[in-house]
Amino acid sequence: MLNNSVESEQKMSEFEKTLDENGPIIQAKGVEVYYGEKQALFGIDIDFQKHQVTSLIGPSGCGKSTFLRCINRMNDLVDIARVEGQVIIENQDIYSKDVDVVALRAHVGMVFQKPNPFPKSIYDNVAYGPRIHKTVTSKDEMDYVVEHSLKRAGLWDEVKDRLQEQGTGLSGGQQQRLCIARAIAIEPKVILMDEPCSALDPIATAVVEELIDELRERFTIIIVTHSMQQAARVSQKTAFFHLGNLVEHGDTDQIFTNPQDDRTENYITGRIG
Amino acid sequence: MTNPFSTEAAGLQGRHTSERLFKLSGLAAIIFAIGFLAVMVGSIAWTGSGALRESVIQLTVDLGPDNVDPSDVDGASYRTIVRDALKASFPDVKSRKDRRKLYGLLSPDAALELKQYVRDNPDAVGQVVNVWLLASDDADIYLKGGVDTSLEESQRKFSDAEVSWVDSLTESGQTKRQFNKRFFTNGDSREPELAGILSSLVGSALTLVICFLISFPMGVGAAIYLEEFAKKNRWSEFVEVNINNLAAVPSIVFGLLGLAIFLNFFGLPRSSPLVGGMVLALMTLPTIIIASRASLRAVPPSIREAALGIGASRIQTTFHHVTPLALPGMLTGAIVGMARALGETAPLLMIGMVAFIADVPKGFLDSATALPVQIFLWADAPQRGFLEKTSAAIIVLLLFLVLMNLLAVVLRRKFERRF
Repeated sequence: MLNNSVESEQKMSEFEKTLDENGPIIQAKGVEVYYGEKQALFGIDIDFQKHQVTSLIGPSGCGKSTFLRCINRMNDLVDIARVEGQVIIENQDIYSKDVDVVALRAHVGMVFQKPNPFPKSIYDNVAYGPRIHKTVTSKDEMDYVVEHSLKRAGLWDEVKDRLQEQGTGLSGGQQQRLCIARAIAIEPKVILMDEPCSALDPIATAVVEELIDELRERFTIIIVTHSMQQAARVSQKTAFFHLGNLVEHGDTDQIFTNPQDDRTENYITGRIG
Repeated sequence: MTNPFSTEAAGLQGRHTSERLFKLSGLAAIIFAIGFLAVMVGSIAWTGSGALRESVIQLTVDLGPDNVDPSDVDGASYRTIVRDALKASFPDVKSRKDRRKLYGLLSPDAALELKQYVRDNPDAVGQVVNVWLLASDDADIYLKGGVDTSLEESQRKFSDAEVSWVDSLTESGQTKRQFNKRFFTNGDSREPELAGILSSLVGSALTLVICFLISFPMGVGAAIYLEEFAKKNRWSEFVEVNINNLAAVPSIVFGLLGLAIFLNFFGLPRSSPLVGGMVLALMTLPTIIIASRASLRAVPPSIREAALGIGASRIQTTFHHVTPLALPGMLTGAIVGMARALGETAPLLMIGMVAFIADVPKGFLDSATALPVQIFLWADAPQRGFLEKTSAAIIVLLLFLVLMNLLAVVLRRKFERRF
C-alpha cells in the first residue's frame, strides 16, 4: 500500500506538468453500473475540464449520484454494485488493478449531501486528512494547513477563536464549509460534491455557492444538484442525466437556453422531473 | 337536532370501555409485579439483616501466671482458660454432658479470639479481665429471638438449660449484639457465626476479571469484523444466526463444555477463577457481540463515508471514527453481560468451583468459589445459622448487580450521542 501511494504520488507529479495544458482531467468511457441484476447507468461518456465546475442534473434516481460516486470509487462500499467501463483521471484508469482507492481518494475529495463533520474538534476535522496521509509532519505546518484550508473554505474568521470546539456544534452551513475545508486540506485534484446545499438554508447556500466559484481556481469540481438555478449559477458545464443515461452535456448556457434534446428541454422547463 | 359529536354516539361507549379495561389490566399487572418484588426483596432484607449483627458474651477470664506464662503468651491453652471462665460463671453445672453444652455457648473460635486479645493487650497478662467473646450460632439465634421456647424441649435444639444460662448472662448484662465485621472479612466456615463472604467475593472478582479480559476484546473484535469488514453473504448470515442461538444456550451447557475442554483436554487447574472466567466468557461472548454490533450499526454511515471520502483506509475509518463512537454502547453491553456472568451458578458447578473454600484466593490459579455458588452452598447447609447468611449474601450479590446495571445506565446516559 505504501509503495502504491508513493508510486501514485510520483505519477501525480509527472501529470502535474502535462496538466497545465487545459486538457480533460477526467474522462469517463462507457461507464455502466449494476446494482445486482439492475442496471443503473448505461454507457456514460463524458469529459471534465480542469478548473471548471460541472453540474450533473436530472430527476431523482437518474444515476447522477451513482456516477459521481464512480469517480472516487465510493461505489466499492456497496457490496452488490459492479462498475464497468473506464474512468480515466490524468491518464490513469482508476478501475485498473494497480489503483488503491486510499491513494485515489486522496486526490479526489468528496463533500456529501448532509454535512458530516467528525464528532471531534474543528482543528482535528481539518487536520485528519493531512495526518493520515502524512503530507504534513510538523505541528507548525499543520497549524498552517488548518488555517489555510479554513480560510479557503471561508470559515476561518468564524471559528478561529474556537478551533478546539466540536465541529458538530457549528451551524449547518458552517458544518458544510468545514467539510469542504476538510476535503481541500489534502490538496485533491478534484472535488466531488453530492448535493452539498440540499440540507442548507438559502443564505448558507449562497455562501457555499460563492465558495464553489472561488475554489474553481485551484480545483476541478463536479457537483450534483437538484436545483437548476444552482446549476446555472455555479457551473460552466452541465450534464443532464435521465433514467441512467447521459442525455446531453455541454456549456451551461447552451443547456439552459438551447437544449438539443426534448427530454432536457422538458426537464429544465419543469414538464418532467 | 342531535349533536354528532355527542359522547352518546353509537359504539363509542364500547370503545372507551375496552380502552379503560386494557389500561386497568396493565396497571394491575405492574402493581402485582412491584408487589412481588417488594415482598421478595423485603423478606430477603429482613432475614439477611440479622447476619449483620453478631452476639457476644462477656466472660471474666483469669490471665494470671497459672494460666499464661508472661514469657510465652502464645503457648498458653486459651481453650482451657475460656472453659474455666464459663465453669466459674456457672459453678453448679457439674455433669460432663451439661458442661459440654455450656462450652457450646461460645464459638469454637472464642479461644483464638482471646489469644488475639492477649497479643493486642500485653498489659492484661497476669490480671483478671472482662472480655467479650463470640457466641456460638445456637446462642446467637436464641439471643436474636429465633428460638420458640413454647415448644417442647425435645422439639428444639436449644435446651432449657442453655436457655437459662443465656438468660442469666443477659440479666447480668453479659450479652450484647454488635456489628458483624467477620461477615465481610472471613472466608467460608463450617460454623455459621464465623462464615463470611470475602473468599467468594474475591473469587467472583477474579473470575469476572478473566471473563472481561477474554470476552470484551474478543466480542468487540468479532463484532467489528462482522459489521465493518465481513462481506454480507450466506456464510456471514449463518454466523450471525449461530451467534444469536449461542446467546440462548443454557449456561450449564457452557459449563459442560468448559469441563470437557478446559479441564479434561487442556488440563487447566480445577476450581480456579481462570477456568471459571473462561467458561463465563464463552457465555458472555454472544451478548457482547450482539450489543457491540447493535452499537456499531447505530453509528451513522455518513461518518464512515466522511472518513473514506478523504482517503482513510477501512481500518483507519473503523478505529479512528466508528469504534470510538460505538464504544459506550459496547461497554454498556459488556457490563450487562458481566452482571449476568456474576449471577451465574450452573456453569461454575460443572468446573468444580462448588468446593468448600475457606481461604481467600490469592491468584487466578487458586481454588476459589463465587458468590452465587456460596449462596447455593449456604442454602444447602443444615445449620440454621446459615439461613441469615444466605439472605445477607443474596443482598450483597443483588447490590453488586444493581451497581453494575446502574453503571451501565450512567455510561449510556453520559456518552450517548444523537445524530
